[in-house]
Amino acid sequence: MKIIVAIKQVPERDARIRIDSSGKWIALDDIEFRMNESDAYALEEALLLREAHGGEVIVLSAGPERVGQTIREALAKGADRGIHILSDSLASYDALGVARLMAAAIRDEAADLILTGLQSDDLGLGQTGVILAELLAIPHSSLILKIEKTDTGIRVLRELEDGWFQQIEMPTPALLTIQSGNTRLRYATLMGIKKAKTKELRSVEAASLGVDAVPSVTLDSVALPSRQKSTQMLTGSPAEAAAKLVEKLQQEVRVL
Amino acid sequence: MSTVLVFLEAKSDEPTRLSLEALAAGVRLAAETGSQLAAAMVGAASASGFAMLGGAAQIYAISHPLLARYTADGFTAAYAQLIAKLQPDFVLFPHSYEVRDFVPRLATRLTRVLLSDVIGFEVASGQVTADKVTFTRQLFQGKLNGHYRAASPAPVLASVQAGAFRADSPSATTATVETFTPELDAATIRTQPGEPFRAAAQTVDLGSAPLIVSVGRGIKDEANIAIVKELADALGAELAASRPICDAGWLPMERQVGSSGQTVAPKMYLAVGISGAIQHLVGMKASQCVIAINKDENAPIFEIADYGIVGDLFEVVPALTAAVRKAKG
Ligand SMILES: Cc1cc2nc3c(=O)[nH]c(=O)nc-3n(C[C@H](O)[C@H](O)[C@H](O)COP(=O)(O)OP(=O)(O)OC[C@H]3O[C@@H](n4cnc5c(N)ncnc54)[C@H](O)[C@@H]3O)c2cc1C
Repeated sequence: MKIIVAIKQVPERDARIRIDSSGKWIALDDIEFRMNESDAYALEEALLLREAHGGEVIVLSAGPERVGQTIREALAKGADRGIHILSDSLASYDALGVARLMAAAIRDEAADLILTGLQSDDLGLGQTGVILAELLAIPHSSLILKIEKTDTGIRVLRELEDGWFQQIEMPTPALLTIQSGNTRLRYATLMGIKKAKTKELRSVEAASLGVDAVPSVTLDSVALPSRQKSTQMLTGSPAEAAAKLVEKLQQEVRVL
Repeated sequence: MSTVLVFLEAKSDEPTRLSLEALAAGVRLAAETGSQLAAAMVGAASASGFAMLGGAAQIYAISHPLLARYTADGFTAAYAQLIAKLQPDFVLFPHSYEVRDFVPRLATRLTRVLLSDVIGFEVASGQVTADKVTFTRQLFQGKLNGHYRAASPAPVLASVQAGAFRADSPSATTATVETFTPELDAATIRTQPGEPFRAAAQTVDLGSAPLIVSVGRGIKDEANIAIVKELADALGAELAASRPICDAGWLPMERQVGSSGQTVAPKMYLAVGISGAIQHLVGMKASQCVIAINKDENAPIFEIADYGIVGDLFEVVPALTAAVRKAKG
């Protein structure tokens, strides 16, 4: 099976959110980056499938130079090669634009399966994978927890609302967006990290892919959310705050 | 006259609550942009659920045997045909798992991008064109809001987050329900969905627990769950968790609160080291009193909390357990 995994580099989960001077995004100067959480699970599913059925795992990522580190991390975990769509201005593309770049970069690979995470931890659009499937004219399914190979294609386990699930049979090539949490993620071994340095990582300039950057939606500005509810903050040392809360639990919430 | 079209989802022929919230958003958007409102739902026109779509000038029952069970291919084709017929300026959806699954594909077919999971919108006064409406959606799991605008001509597509709009109590509708039969070909439906099923029977019913202490990823390690368990025991509360804790196997899945777990509404919900992502909030927002302990004063959980303690849970939780024990004598 030839599997492409699309991964995104995002600010680290506990990163401090400060709005930058443009008012359109957060300040990135002292921020650490990491692989988007659900993408890491997509990579894990791809590696498990290759271990079971053979084939190749190719990681694909778009963004500036620094994204190369995240691709190397995926190579260190066991992916075979990487494709980096280089762009310093990815934010000028909307989700359709980014998916078009990705489609242009991988169309000739003719992969059997394309996996993405179900949504990014920064923009949270939850769309890029599904859009990519439409652009490549292949079927897709989202919120996938498990993938099994069958004689005619694949059988996947999809998460539904409120603790319900569903099996779906589909032919390949197909695109799946993967939900976090269903497997344990592997760590890169020292050997893997060493090997990753010699693996193929092809860079393609976004501008060379012939994709129109004119977006159909734009992010005009960002703002810190305003509180809807007036929260009573209980301050002081841990013991003082705890004592204040107990008082509230006794007198106002009346549960003690 | 411009049109706002709202697609609703039905469960057992009745529109879902989330769909009625999307309809409420549509009613407001239509009023503020001077548009007429149309509503559509998959089902037979005779189904009683259509009577709940009050406020809509036109109601469409999208009806076809191939839509009996949801598939992305079938729904994309059917919705695209109704959009082509009505040429709406705005198309709204409930941000459900189904909508997440196929509407990005539908939008791509229209060379548009869905504004997904929006929590509000603002219409520039006196302006009614589609690009004059600013839609707000959450970034960084609720830590930041983004204001978006359409840069292309109508239609603008947006899906509405659960709880962002209050569903109006259904007013009796005077509109007649028109059947819309899309042209669908079984050969173009590439996926074969199975019957939905539930995981193993649940033995804990968090839904009826009066007091809940819930733990999140701030707890860092399985061994540390014990300190939260002690607090729950001291309070006589049930222990619950956010999804990552159950995914890691630190607590069983049946203790998970949120959109893919249980929905609870206790008298007191105490969230320890939980950031407050929307998928968690939808499962506990109806709690009578929400208390949050988090080291990040900007954590979204504080936006819905009645009481908050900003601090390190490893210091606050043991102090609270001691204080509760002391109070109980
Ligand atoms: C389709 C879908 C369905 C989902 N369903 C669910 C669901 O049903 N339930 C659910 O919960 N999630 C669900 N999620 C996941 C959800 O989006 C969040 O990722 C998840 O709720 C985050 O869990 P958390 O708050 O425990 O972790 P994080 O978001 O990592 O938050 C940890 C918090 O702990 C705080 N913290 C860290 N250290 C300390 C310390 N020492 N003291 C005090 N505070 C500390 C941090 O400041 C942070 O706010 C779903 C996601 C998707 C996409």
